[in-house]
Amino acid sequence: MADAGPARVPTLEAIDEKFGPPEPTDQPSGYFRRMVDADWLRRNGVYATLALLIGVNVVITDNFVSSNTLRLQLVQVAPVLIVALGMALVIGTEGIDLSVGATIALAAAIIPLYIGYGAPGAIGLALFAGVVTGSVAGLLVAGIGVQPIVATLGIMVAGRGVANLLGGEIKSIRDPAIVSLGTDSVAGVPYVVVIAGAVSLVVWGVVRHSTYGRQLVAIGGNKRAAELAGLPVKRVLATTYVVSGVLAALAGVLLAARSRASDPTKIGLLMELAAITAVVVGGTPLSGGQVRIVGTIAGALLIQLIGATLIAHDIPDSTAQMVQAVIVVAAVYVQLGVRRANR
Amino acid sequence: MSNSDTIVRTAHTATAVLETVGVDKSFGGVDAVRDVDFSLAAGEIRALVGENGAGKSTLVKVLTGVYPPDAGEIYFEGEPVTFSRPLDAQHVGISTVYQEVNLVPLLSVARNIFLGREPRGRLGLVDVDEMNDRARAITSRFAIDLDVTEELGRLGLGAQQMVALARAVSVESRVVIMDEPTSSLEAREVATLFEVARNLRDEGVGLVFVSHRLDELWQLCDSVTILRDGRNVHSGAMADLDRLTLVSMMLGRDVDEVVEHGATEFGDSHLQGRDPVLSVSDVEVRNRLHGVTFDVRPGEVVGLAGLLGSGRSETVKAVYGALHSQSGSVEVAGRRIKPNSVRGALRASVAMLSEDRKAEGIISDLSVRDNIALAVLSRCSRAGFVSESAIDRLVETFVRRLQIKVSSPRQKVRELSGGNQQKVLLARWLCTEPTVLLLDEPTRGIDVGAKSEVQALIDELAEQGLGVVLISSEMEELVEGADRIVVLRDGHVEGELDGATLSSSELLAALAGDIATADALAQEHADG
Amino acid sequence: MTAVELSEPTHPAVSRPTTGARAARVLQRQGALVILVIVVVSAKFGFDRFATTRNVTSIAEQASFLGFVALGMTFVILSGGIDLSVGSVFALGGVLAAWGSQHGTWLAVLLPIVVCSAIGLAQGLIIARGGLPPFIVTLAGLLFARGTVLAITDEGSTTYKVPTGSAFRDFAQGELLGVGYAVWIVVALFAVGGVVLHRTSYGSTVLAIGGQEDAAALMGLPVVRTKVVTYAMSGLLAGVGGMMIASYTSSGVTILGVGTELEVIAAVVLGGTLLTGGSGTVLGTVVGVLLLQVIKNVINQVGSLDSSWQAVVSGSILLAVVTVQRYLARIERQ
Repeated sequence: MADAGPARVPTLEAIDEKFGPPEPTDQPSGYFRRMVDADWLRRNGVYATLALLIGVNVVITDNFVSSNTLRLQLVQVAPVLIVALGMALVIGTEGIDLSVGATIALAAAIIPLYIGYGAPGAIGLALFAGVVTGSVAGLLVAGIGVQPIVATLGIMVAGRGVANLLGGEIKSIRDPAIVSLGTDSVAGVPYVVVIAGAVSLVVWGVVRHSTYGRQLVAIGGNKRAAELAGLPVKRVLATTYVVSGVLAALAGVLLAARSRASDPTKIGLLMELAAITAVVVGGTPLSGGQVRIVGTIAGALLIQLIGATLIAHDIPDSTAQMVQAVIVVAAVYVQLGVRRANR
Repeated sequence: MSNSDTIVRTAHTATAVLETVGVDKSFGGVDAVRDVDFSLAAGEIRALVGENGAGKSTLVKVLTGVYPPDAGEIYFEGEPVTFSRPLDAQHVGISTVYQEVNLVPLLSVARNIFLGREPRGRLGLVDVDEMNDRARAITSRFAIDLDVTEELGRLGLGAQQMVALARAVSVESRVVIMDEPTSSLEAREVATLFEVARNLRDEGVGLVFVSHRLDELWQLCDSVTILRDGRNVHSGAMADLDRLTLVSMMLGRDVDEVVEHGATEFGDSHLQGRDPVLSVSDVEVRNRLHGVTFDVRPGEVVGLAGLLGSGRSETVKAVYGALHSQSGSVEVAGRRIKPNSVRGALRASVAMLSEDRKAEGIISDLSVRDNIALAVLSRCSRAGFVSESAIDRLVETFVRRLQIKVSSPRQKVRELSGGNQQKVLLARWLCTEPTVLLLDEPTRGIDVGAKSEVQALIDELAEQGLGVVLISSEMEELVEGADRIVVLRDGHVEGELDGATLSSSELLAALAGDIATADALAQEHADG
Repeated sequence: MTAVELSEPTHPAVSRPTTGARAARVLQRQGALVILVIVVVSAKFGFDRFATTRNVTSIAEQASFLGFVALGMTFVILSGGIDLSVGSVFALGGVLAAWGSQHGTWLAVLLPIVVCSAIGLAQGLIIARGGLPPFIVTLAGLLFARGTVLAITDEGSTTYKVPTGSAFRDFAQGELLGVGYAVWIVVALFAVGGVVLHRTSYGSTVLAIGGQEDAAALMGLPVVRTKVVTYAMSGLLAGVGGMMIASYTSSGVTILGVGTELEVIAAVVLGGTLLTGGSGTVLGTVVGVLLLQVIKNVINQVGSLDSSWQAVVSGSILLAVVTVQRYLARIERQ
């Protein structure tokens, strides 16, 4: 197939449809075998890299192989993972949610403020804040048709402002229930990790087996076609943003519980970027239509581990960010290269 | 190639302005054009015809530098040339007017005409006034009333196409290739277009005219090249062929066979029930449809005919609830369905196959299975969870019934050929067990084999009592497949024609806006 | 070519829009201007200190820094892309300028220009040649640039100061007719930008790419080259903006620019430029930038309000404006 650079030949879409790949036979032809390999790379690249990185760490990092390290890494990755799971759903609909950081800040600000209602009450309210931001996003994107990036951008800016107003200065959290949530464990596994694990399982199940999940993926793949097939597009989109909001709020609660403080200006900052990175690296395409939950988990772990590796070896933050940048580009390049071969 | 063809070809080669020798082009292992010799002389209008899938579009794209050929040579004014991109072809003087208006809708008409070659004024800056004046001068020749500073996207499709032609003309090309240029034009605009084309020819420009509108070819073209299955099967003077011979060469069938059996897989008229299964009354869509009214009886295939922009797709979409209508009603088996609601239409057992399978049909990342089951997901679900076995059963049934060629239902739908993808879409709608089926260009862009299968399937469905509305830009399909044809023009129903006795010249007359002539011809036909 | 004679012209090619649709269109394009006027007028009557020369020039000066970045972003968005790296590049420009000023004013000017254009150029190449989506590439650019900032400032701990008496300070701190140079420079750049957009083939190409990239490629327009230039300019202008603010504050603040890219996108969108590209004006961006700045200023005037209200109001106005824009677009289409 002629393959000049993207600007020389009009996009591949311009090719007559009937000249797609030939009728498939039982034996994968050379064409198909090539596709299988590239697809394999996209699907499994993140796992391979993760495994590689673990291996590297085992060799070069002291005390890497210990339950302490494992626990620490998992605890640190838990909030990001939870947000990333929600983000994966949103990206699956070909959308984006830039407001998650603000929602985290809101939730974290609410906890100390409303602790008077008791721990469950405060947590409930914090989660409700996530419902609110998610609903606003859902209304704007699904109901009115505002682009997700702009809608969630506005919510992010306004939301963080509200969070700052609610919790002006750094407040410390002393409620024993909440503190316990952040620091204690059950059967040796920290609560936050258990929660993250449970959320992962639920989201995975929803995407794979629920009607909502099937509809979500179809809508992300081709919204118009889904509409014409009678799928409840607006309902699914709105729900997705609400889910993303609630999960972000949950992450905010866990972050606040763990650090025992809520600093509205700092907490959750750049969390949206971390989440998007985890999702993209994990193999979920930005163009929607596929949601890779296991990949997202691996992506979050990979990012976490990269950061941890660099810290453990005293590599400065600056380099860490640059490394992250290169990884993101590489991940998308692989994803895209594969998609082009698939067409 | 026969002797006469060789003689014709050599003569042309002598004065050929654009020529290909032995050109091959394939995509992913499928041949699009094979060993094609094509020759266009200066001062000639050559028709390029062939079925869907014959290779016309690909040949045009090779000639205009969009694709480099896998083998063979291209000659321009006797010199061999290589085009690595469209700009190269444009630089030597080859212009193209595509069927899909390939201009920028958000920019003004004048800007579109001069994009890339804006007239410069002081300081090398674009002289907007000069540009507008020149644009006005050019478009005035086309006798359309338009404001050159208006955004292109706000114009009707016909006007947009004229602008595309104006752009090609303004470049002073040596070759102008027109790909289905008349599909969105009014009768007067077609006359203008032909006039422009003849003028260009008289000035020594070579023109290629690709069209499905067979009857128009004799009006305009001097010569014709027929492609079939990627090969050049005939090149010669237009006057030497008659319609029947042309069609049989396009199809690769015997002339007698075509006379007897027809050009499509559609059978004879279907038995029909009495009470309409679909009643469309006074549907109004702002700026698009006005008072559209027609009926469909069970077992009947009603064709919707009209030029591009006449409102066929809009009608079908409005009936289905996919396009917002301001007023009017749609009844299925006597019961009114909720307007502007796709879910309502589906509940009333109406299904629609959209004309743009890529943008509105196929979900390319999903499997064949998920694509087929898309419209019935809730039916196959319990308590919010999908029942995979229910889906498997359904999918298996339809894959078999429609003979969809897949290695497994879990195969990604994008790996299928166009014809099989179209079948997947048909399966999707058949899963909903419709009583009314709205088909918008069901055989567009698919290979000849799949086309016959789809035509036969539509026949079968009608025989089972479904009410079918069929839109097709191929005359043969409407003439042979429809029991009755509703003619649309500018969003109005112009009239109805009886499908049983219809011939394509009558249909063409009707589309050109001349229902009276069409009726008269039909009368003659029925009597004689 | 002989003119074609027809007995009468065919019916008008355009379906004449209803008055409602026409009003909707105007409002959509000029919405931000309307709000700006309302806010300014209310502020004039509401606050004594708003309409003073001092305050107005202050608004203009504060807005100018963002203005540089917004100009570049306007072209990027018009071409159908997006540049998330501008905030970090802005900060980088400031730091480089501040450091450079310690070694010479020429260095303070050239270093940010060269480095930031290079970053933009690199992104442009990856996007246009590599075909990667702008969102991701510039997201990576954001991380990369921020990493660079940290690297050259000892992980953010060093803040380079511009030496007193350095000529570099004059860039933004010097005044002409009572208004800082920065304002004059940015106004001039916007004027040039407007001319470039509407009166050069580069500008037409940007609009064509944003409007219908396939058609632009088919017409033989230099798509790759134009995109690369656009992203390079975006980087350049962001760097210049940072350089200006370094001159203004006489230091290279490292935490600057976080969230700037989003603020700039908001300004461009408020100004009526379609996020999908193909349609918009440079003047609209000016209005958007001013609007955001005026809001900040007004909230400051109130005094008793927490500065966080700026964020709340800005965000809400952005949401309100895009919502209205959407509604109007829908009306227009019908």
